[in-house]
Amino acid sequence: MTRKELICIRCPLGCAMEVIIDDEGIREIKGNSCKRGEEYARKEITDPVRTVTSTVRILGVEDMMLPVKTKEDIPKGKVMDCVKALKDVKVALPVRIGDVIIENIAGTGISVIATRTIES
Amino acid sequence: MYDVTIIGAGVVGSAVARELSRYQLNLCVLEKDEDVCSGTSKANSGIVHSGVDAKPGTLKAALNLSGSRMMEALALELDIPYRKNGSLIVCTNKEALPQLEALLERGRNNGVEGLKIISREEVISMEPNIADGVVAAIFAPTGGIICPFELTLGLAENAAINGAEFEFNSRVTNIQKENDYFIITTDKGAIKSRMVVNAAGVYADEVHNMVSHEKVKLQARRGNYFLLDKSAGSHTNKTIFQLPDKMGKGVLVTPTVHGNLMIGPTAVDIDDKEGTNTSREELDYIVGRSTLGIKDIPLRQVITSFAGLRAHEAGDDFIIQEAKDVKGLIDTIGIDSPGLTAAPAIGVMVTKMICDVLKPAEKTDFIPGRKGITRLFELSFEKRKELIDNDATYGNIICRCETVSEGEIREAIHRPLGAKSLDGIKRRTRAGMGRCQSGFCAPRVMEILKRELGMSMLDITKCGGDSKLVFNYNKDNL
Amino acid sequence: MKTYDLVIVGGGPAGLAAAVSARENGISNILMIERDKELGGILNQCIHNGFGLHTFKEELTGPEYAERYVDMIRELKIEFLLNTMVLDISEEKVITLVGKESGLLRICAKSIILAMGCRERPRGALNIPGFRPAGIFSAGTAQRLVNMEGYMPGREVVILGSGDIGLIMARRMTLEGAKVKVVAELMPYSGGLKRNIVQCLDDFSIPLKLNHTVIDIEGKERLEGVTLAKVGEDGRPIKGTEEYISCDTLLLSVGLIPENELSQEMGVEINTVTGGPLVNESLETNIKGVFACGNVLHVHDLVDFVSQEAAAAGKSAARYLKDDTEQSDKAGAIRMIPGSGVRYTVPNVIYPKNMEEKLTVRFRVDNIYKGCYVSVYANGEKISRRKRAIMLPGEMEEIILKREDIQSLTVPLELVIKVEEG
Repeated sequence: MTRKELICIRCPLGCAMEVIIDDEGIREIKGNSCKRGEEYARKEITDPVRTVTSTVRILGVEDMMLPVKTKEDIPKGKVMDCVKALKDVKVALPVRIGDVIIENIAGTGISVIATRTIES
Repeated sequence: MYDVTIIGAGVVGSAVARELSRYQLNLCVLEKDEDVCSGTSKANSGIVHSGVDAKPGTLKAALNLSGSRMMEALALELDIPYRKNGSLIVCTNKEALPQLEALLERGRNNGVEGLKIISREEVISMEPNIADGVVAAIFAPTGGIICPFELTLGLAENAAINGAEFEFNSRVTNIQKENDYFIITTDKGAIKSRMVVNAAGVYADEVHNMVSHEKVKLQARRGNYFLLDKSAGSHTNKTIFQLPDKMGKGVLVTPTVHGNLMIGPTAVDIDDKEGTNTSREELDYIVGRSTLGIKDIPLRQVITSFAGLRAHEAGDDFIIQEAKDVKGLIDTIGIDSPGLTAAPAIGVMVTKMICDVLKPAEKTDFIPGRKGITRLFELSFEKRKELIDNDATYGNIICRCETVSEGEIREAIHRPLGAKSLDGIKRRTRAGMGRCQSGFCAPRVMEILKRELGMSMLDITKCGGDSKLVFNYNKDNL
Repeated sequence: MKTYDLVIVGGGPAGLAAAVSARENGISNILMIERDKELGGILNQCIHNGFGLHTFKEELTGPEYAERYVDMIRELKIEFLLNTMVLDISEEKVITLVGKESGLLRICAKSIILAMGCRERPRGALNIPGFRPAGIFSAGTAQRLVNMEGYMPGREVVILGSGDIGLIMARRMTLEGAKVKVVAELMPYSGGLKRNIVQCLDDFSIPLKLNHTVIDIEGKERLEGVTLAKVGEDGRPIKGTEEYISCDTLLLSVGLIPENELSQEMGVEINTVTGGPLVNESLETNIKGVFACGNVLHVHDLVDFVSQEAAAAGKSAARYLKDDTEQSDKAGAIRMIPGSGVRYTVPNVIYPKNMEEKLTVRFRVDNIYKGCYVSVYANGEKISRRKRAIMLPGEMEEIILKREDIQSLTVPLELVIKVEEG
């Protein structure tokens, strides 16, 4: 039996949780204040994921970046691949909040979307 | 072939250039850094000394006095912020009263006007925050405060308008004396000049030694300072000195001409002529010593600390003369305190030496006056409105702490000897000198530099050389 | 001179929420003044997640949160000026402003909401000795350069200060290709949210050195390295613990200071603990009709609470405008006193007659408290006690006071909030 301590990152509360694992898997999760926390702990032990927020260039515009994010969480191990894949991306204006910038980033099946609207 | 080449665009070099530019002479000023006022001139107390403590009979005493007498008119002519706020030299124990009286005598011998010893009660009425231990003081009404950047800039810009050529990023690496001219090599090339003025600050010994066999050695002496927010700016009205000791004038407390409060300096001899770092020991020393003169200094209002080096010569006097074994080389060596005050007088003195040799004709079209950069916040509401209605960029505030507009920053860039870096803008407009210390305005000032000078953001520097601000674009290193 | 019913100084999250609330509470003639080229304030450069869980029940990035409010501003047709700075506010509420489009002009306001936010503490205010090369940035300035303009301030980074801005920038710099070598923190605990320690430091194996600070800076033109040292309980460096770390960038996340120069100049009384105005239950300052909210009032951790506070300020301004004769009966004033364990409270004074049904009192503690109670004493008598599993200085706390409870107490009254052991 092993005990893992983690801090939930799902919301700013940052509940300190304890996960007890035995040969069959996760036996108990303690310390969460909500269901999302429990889900987070489960995922963090078995298949950790993260949302990635980053910036991409705008076509023809210097000194202004477009903020973007992965629409959903992607595997934690793919985070650096994700930002590398954004390196040479240039977005044409106008762009609306929520527009898909790249689909299936780094083979994760998840899209990267714009997080603000820029008209011109 | 230049008639005169001045090495160093600090306050002394600029003062010499300005005086010489009254005459029909081909002038070149060589400066190793990217801007005027980059060495000692940039980091000092900004005091126009009354001259009370200079050793009688020395050049320091004479030039301090004439410089201090010239300053008011010069500041008006060149549009430089200056205030004759007066100085107090305080005595902090009864046993030292004879020393105070001796200093008064010395000051009178030096020709300083208006000096008198005042009682503690009189001191308190002038300075409510005077320290409890102060028993008496010398009041020197001719003491003043000035902005050393703007003094240097004013002199340099005026010299430039009147024809002096300034070469920046041009460190002198060699000087060769031919028969009746010099070949001066810099890291940008070589020039020829009939005469040379050595105004190289802490490097004046090295410059002199490049061509003279009578070697000179200067000691770099470092001073640390604290600068406090404008909310502390009226903690004292006058410049408060303590009785000087062998290392110098000691720690002073002074308002600055811009409304801040400044305390310092220390006096620590160092080997590294680029050693302009502050140190914990020196900063702690200032805090301790300053309280002897003034109490309750609001140290929580410190917005920055800095350090400067002065060139100290063992003989403790200025050396301003033609090099004995090198005709045509006019040295200004060992220009530590009261160098800033003396600078205009040094300019006149050196110019006379040069004119005696070259006998140049005076210019008929010399422009003596200079208008500084518009200071928006000093204008009345109506005048400000007029300016902004004419040019909307004066309505775009970039530095919110010091209320500096885009219009002023553009002026700073496009004037003669215009700013090319963040510090260049800071010195000319005060953008970045306020309580957030450019935290807010730095990216905006960079954008303006980029646009006005057609630079890439990656090439913009803090103060020239390798002081780049940003290294690359996002993700370049992924 | 044009007169507005309400002028809001600042178009960041506080100003935006205050404007929307004021309009929803019946004020039509509103002007919001923003010095940047767009609304949104600091949210525009906070491209990370974590915003909106309370306000919108969704996790949003800063720009997304801002855009929700900006859309509301447009829908409600609330007037605003961009690229415009307020230079002065007189005690009679005459506002001098200057901007590229507006030029220099003066306007009158019947009521004002101060929402100017805060600035970062610079290196100079810390007296870190050493050289002054390029490469030293406050974390927020670096954040703007990276997130909005797309420039990296450097490649090898040391961060001083483990508040949220420092932690967030540790991750940002890493994800844009820089190497963050260490985050040093003067205190024995981090000032940022625990989730940020995980997702900004642990995820990237960036070490956090508590009880450490920078004691020297090397590099004449561009930063070359810093010296870290451990500090003792007195906050002074311990000899022998010095460690030189080569780097080209030092980011400082060493404190936020509410930007109250305008407030002070107009005569608003300031709380020396928070650096923000002293306010009553309606978030009104000592000047009638002048309200404050958001970071200018006290530095917040979560924008959702800024929006809540600002909405309350907007509502108060609306009430004030409708009936400004609702005199704050000075005799009925309840002083809020921060007791042991509590650094400050907002508000500082309560006029029960002006209270809403429930009043949120926000406060911060001065240390880490586990398994303690937050107790409220009225004139020495305990009137409430709530257990808190954990309280940290870096996380703003709140308690709710019910009007019926307060109004039933005898005046004159002092309410003391304190932390008590279990």
